[in-house]
Amino acid sequence: MIEMSNVYKKYSNGITAINGLNIKIDQGEFVYVVGPSGAGKSTFVKMMYREEVPTQGKIQVGKFNLVNMKQKDIPYLRRYVGVVFQDFKLLPRLTIYENVAYAMEVVEKNPKVIQKRVLEVLELVGLKHKVRMFPNELSGGEQQRVAIARAIANMPSILIADEPTGNLDPETAWEIMEVLEEINNQGTTIIMATHNSTIVNRMKHRVLAVENGRIVRDQAEGEYGYES
Amino acid sequence: MRARTSGRHIREAFKSVKRNGWMSLAAVSAVAVTLLLVGSFIAILFNVNKLASDIENDVSVRVYVDLAADEEQRVALGENLEKIEQVESIEYSSKKNELDQVVGSYGDEFNLFEGDDNPLRDVYIINTLKPEDTAEVASEVAEMDNVAEVNYGGAEADRLFELMGTARNVGAIVVLALILTAVFLISNTIRITIFSRRTEIEIMKLVGATNWFIRWPFVIEGAIIGLIGALVPVSIITFVYINGFDTIMKYLAGTYFSLLNPAPFLIYLNALMLGIGILIGAIGSILSIRKFLKV
Ligand SMILES: Nc1ncnc2c1ncn2[C@@H]1O[C@H](COP(=O)(O)OP(=O)(O)O)[C@@H](O)[C@H]1O
Ligand SMILES: [Mg+2]
Repeated sequence: MIEMSNVYKKYSNGITAINGLNIKIDQGEFVYVVGPSGAGKSTFVKMMYREEVPTQGKIQVGKFNLVNMKQKDIPYLRRYVGVVFQDFKLLPRLTIYENVAYAMEVVEKNPKVIQKRVLEVLELVGLKHKVRMFPNELSGGEQQRVAIARAIANMPSILIADEPTGNLDPETAWEIMEVLEEINNQGTTIIMATHNSTIVNRMKHRVLAVENGRIVRDQAEGEYGYES
Repeated sequence: MRARTSGRHIREAFKSVKRNGWMSLAAVSAVAVTLLLVGSFIAILFNVNKLASDIENDVSVRVYVDLAADEEQRVALGENLEKIEQVESIEYSSKKNELDQVVGSYGDEFNLFEGDDNPLRDVYIINTLKPEDTAEVASEVAEMDNVAEVNYGGAEADRLFELMGTARNVGAIVVLALILTAVFLISNTIRITIFSRRTEIEIMKLVGATNWFIRWPFVIEGAIIGLIGALVPVSIITFVYINGFDTIMKYLAGTYFSLLNPAPFLIYLNALMLGIGILIGAIGSILSIRKFLKV
């Protein structure tokens, strides 16, 4: 469950990226965040895992109060909220298996648990047969699927994806969407910022349109609604 | 911290020290030079301090009899000395005896002064009851007839303590500057490691690694550099001190003075240098990782 009320975010350069935003997202929802470039989509999702802190307002994510949260609790929020980026951020010197295992090792999971879970998530994203390969031996879509596998390895309740298909061709983008859909079916909340109108219009989910730092449209089974 | 985790941190740290070869070497050298100076300085300061207090605790006053005095006058002087209140005991050493002692400790070159050529004087060695009495006794004795010269340790001790006070202040400033330089060099070395691992750090933060989990490998890397840097001066100072100690103690044999024994002084000094080395390293790396861990 995510709840934001009356949230403002002003960057130190004076730009107000979020300008009085209110939203409520329930556990298990699939939400698209759309809007023009510079509208504040990234800032909006970054505040959910406390990469950015609001200047004003309240943000509750699960049991975490993100405004007056203690620095030492942030790691636990990050285990509750998984994140995927447009540029994958894989470690080039580690194999696919090691890349995913890494996310579990650094939160000190038991090696036996790690082994089982890594294979499980790589199977889920359809890459179990490529565990020994290195990121540069994989296509963009495959690399993004590894990044998704890594993001869900620690079983977050929420998965945030900021333009996960932005660097991919349309066909590969669909591979990613199928994986996200599957993860959503298993009960994980998905929040995805995107420019891809085809995806939003075909794979119907709730749509939040952001403009000038405010939500201007909140539509169940919504349309993309902008020229593409 | 779990054993598995610490093993991982230590492996990471050693890998980094090796990977940053030249930078690590520069930082190790900085620590080594710093601690060599710090260690030598402390060794010298503590020994001078020891000598000064040996001198200060020396209760003896040496009264040199005027060469012109005859046997009778000399004995009379001895009797007068006995009458001084603070005097505990008096010992007489003829100039012949004094010369024998000198020849004994400095060698045969002094043998050429024989018989009437002896340049030394007869001496009364007074032991006072307390070290503080020496100054007063000395000034009283200086007034007496047939006294050529009076020497006592206290005056020299005061001068030594004063000198040491200055040396300690100057030394403290130099040492502090050196330590800061070493911390700076280590933090720069660690910064390179951090920079080369920034993607890993970013991922660790995003998947919820705790700050200490991220910090440890860097802190250990700094500590390893500090420790290696400290081992160099520890070896040098140990070697020099033990040899120097034997040599100097030979000269001090039969006197009231002695240097600090290698055990335990050298052990404490080495432990201190290792401790400072590790601390410099750890602080250097904590400083440079601090700003990378925000968010
Ligand atoms: N770190 C930052 N510092 C300053 N301004 C920023 C920062 N990140 C984003 N902005 C500004 O905030 C506004 C919203 O940006 P962003 O949230 O990235 O929008 P979107 O993802 O919808 O394109 C833009 O004007 C952008 O220039
Ligand atoms: Mg964006």
